[in-house]
Amino acid sequence: MTDMPQTPETRTERRERERREAYYSASQWTLIWWRFRRHRAAMAASAILGLMIILGLFAEFFAPYGPTERNRDYLYGAPQMPMFCDQNGCSLRAFVHGTRTERDPVTLRSRTVPDPQTRRYVQFFVEGQPAKLLGVIPTRTRLFGLDEGRIHLWGTDELGRDVFSRTLYATRTSLSIGVLGVIISFVLALAIGGIAGYAGGLTDSAIQRVTEVVRVIPVIPLYMGLAAAMPREWSGLQVYFAMTVILGAVGWPTLARRVRSQLLSIRGEDYVTAARLAGARPSRIIGTHMLPSFTSFIIVDLVISFPYMILSETALSFVGLGLRPPAVSWGVMLQQAQSIRVIEQAPWLFIPALFVVVAVLAFTVIGDGLRDAADPYSEAR
Amino acid sequence: MAVFLIRRLLGMALTLLLVSLMVFLIMELPPGDYAERYAFRKFSGTGVAVTPADIQAIRIELGLDAPMMVRYANWISGIVLRGDFGQAYSFLTSVNNVIGDKVWLTLGLLVATLLLTYLIAIPVGLYAAVRRGSGADYGLTIISYLGLALPNFLLALLLLYFANRWFGASIGGLFSDQYRDAPWSLAKFWDLVKHLWIPALVLGWSAIAYQLQTVRATMSDEIGKLSVMAARARGLPETRLMVKYPARLAVNPVVSTIGFDVNRIFSELPIVAAVLGLTELGDLLLKSFLDLDMNVAGAILLLLTVVIVVMNFVSDLLLAWLDPRIRLEG
Repeated sequence: MTDMPQTPETRTERRERERREAYYSASQWTLIWWRFRRHRAAMAASAILGLMIILGLFAEFFAPYGPTERNRDYLYGAPQMPMFCDQNGCSLRAFVHGTRTERDPVTLRSRTVPDPQTRRYVQFFVEGQPAKLLGVIPTRTRLFGLDEGRIHLWGTDELGRDVFSRTLYATRTSLSIGVLGVIISFVLALAIGGIAGYAGGLTDSAIQRVTEVVRVIPVIPLYMGLAAAMPREWSGLQVYFAMTVILGAVGWPTLARRVRSQLLSIRGEDYVTAARLAGARPSRIIGTHMLPSFTSFIIVDLVISFPYMILSETALSFVGLGLRPPAVSWGVMLQQAQSIRVIEQAPWLFIPALFVVVAVLAFTVIGDGLRDAADPYSEAR
Repeated sequence: MAVFLIRRLLGMALTLLLVSLMVFLIMELPPGDYAERYAFRKFSGTGVAVTPADIQAIRIELGLDAPMMVRYANWISGIVLRGDFGQAYSFLTSVNNVIGDKVWLTLGLLVATLLLTYLIAIPVGLYAAVRRGSGADYGLTIISYLGLALPNFLLALLLLYFANRWFGASIGGLFSDQYRDAPWSLAKFWDLVKHLWIPALVLGWSAIAYQLQTVRATMSDEIGKLSVMAARARGLPETRLMVKYPARLAVNPVVSTIGFDVNRIFSELPIVAAVLGLTELGDLLLKSFLDLDMNVAGAILLLLTVVIVVMNFVSDLLLAWLDPRIRLEG
């Protein structure tokens, strides 16, 4: 027996050892986070989505004008991009051109056109109309504005409302409706799928039948049927909550199937039997003992079901069965861009569509990344 | 096989019964009932004052004062026994007259869309799997992501916009002007075929994206199987090998989800129809929901769902025919 001389570990060796120890002692969620972090597309998508959420949440600060504020002198106004140079030379501060009113030589109607001779400088942290940040903190400060007149980054609609500001407010509405819809469908799925998967037998087959019926009716027409039933005299807030309930009520079957199949597969495990013998009630067995084993899958399913909520809300509002003005959501805004004549005249009204596509893409990519990360058999570390 | 058929048929009948109940519930949901809307429609602007007694009289005449289960029984027996979907108040005629030949237009649109979907999704998905990692493959992945993210009605709007901008042409509608009200003829049919591909592409858009992904994923799994390697070792030509072994299996998930595709297509139908100005059931469904003409809406919803259920059945049969394992299980 010869004593092996203990060579002091080098720095790289120590780092390697620490990395391994951290890996072996990491919790499930830490592991998922590590794997998720390496998914570049998903990280980028999270950043974009995070930005959207912040923009929507603090719309009162980022949007220069309120969602229903009108600029009567700039109807169907074109987007004004801040610039540093024009034919009169350059400036260190960004500016847009002012507008002036002139008569159309053909139709003789007065119209507003940009006036290249005047400059309106962009300023930051300007005073605007009073508003409530997050619905509570009173504020007048806006991120940006003009020293004189109004700036419309993405133009205005037929009533002269600022498309940029409205899009931010719409982002808040559309995303929050998605969140509430997903939560409601999640609770329903958990309850219904939970009962089916835990009870099994006749209860299960009965619930399966009903689930199948909800799934077989085409989704959007089903949404439309429920949305059409909303009384026309309901207030904006009532319609908003009714919409979340409708989205949740139609969205649960997919998730319920997942909950059910997972519960069925672990129903016979010893630790479930042990809990039952120990006298735990079904709700406790499901909630405390069974659910944690597939929480990660459920989270993935929740993220993946977001796009459907957002798309359904947009589609419903688009055809006039969902949210109604004065509420602003992406779908409500796109309603104005329905006819080809409007799109010809004011293509910038299409900008909210870009938000829809980006949000849906972001959720899909994040869902894919999460699914890979939550799968314990995907490549380790 | 007979046991298999009978079980599927019984299951289908039960599903249809539950579906009809659900559709009836949706018809009953909006505030107010048929009698009120009918009276309002018939007498508004005529100067005749409608009293609650008049509405009650209409109700009794049409049997609307009966309890809900009786009304359901009347409604469904009318449909099943006489093919009668009731009256459409906003058109002041029967639902059957309103729907009329729009059913066939819708079915034609569905068939065109399904054909286009599978003609694109299956070959392209197979190709992407065989040439995995190539530029074409990545391009396809991006396109199918976009296919899932870009809602069909936005695609329709974009197509309208660019068609107008580049070609100065309107691509909406199912017929050219001269054929819109013309009786059916070969020329009108040909005109329909020429117009059909744009709505078919728009409606199939998300189904194509979804099936592309499925075919590509299954095919990628199947290509790595030992059976493929063994066949290759026996010296089978590559194309024949691909068609005989993995491609045959890669088509199965597509076949088993035909019903889902029909569901997806019908789901988009009302909104795409509104944007593209298609005069078929989807458009009518949207209008009748907006007018709360629930007899028309319920009839259309029921018809669409029946088509989906039947397509589910067809897909089960097709799958059993393609895949002996399912047939033997029964």
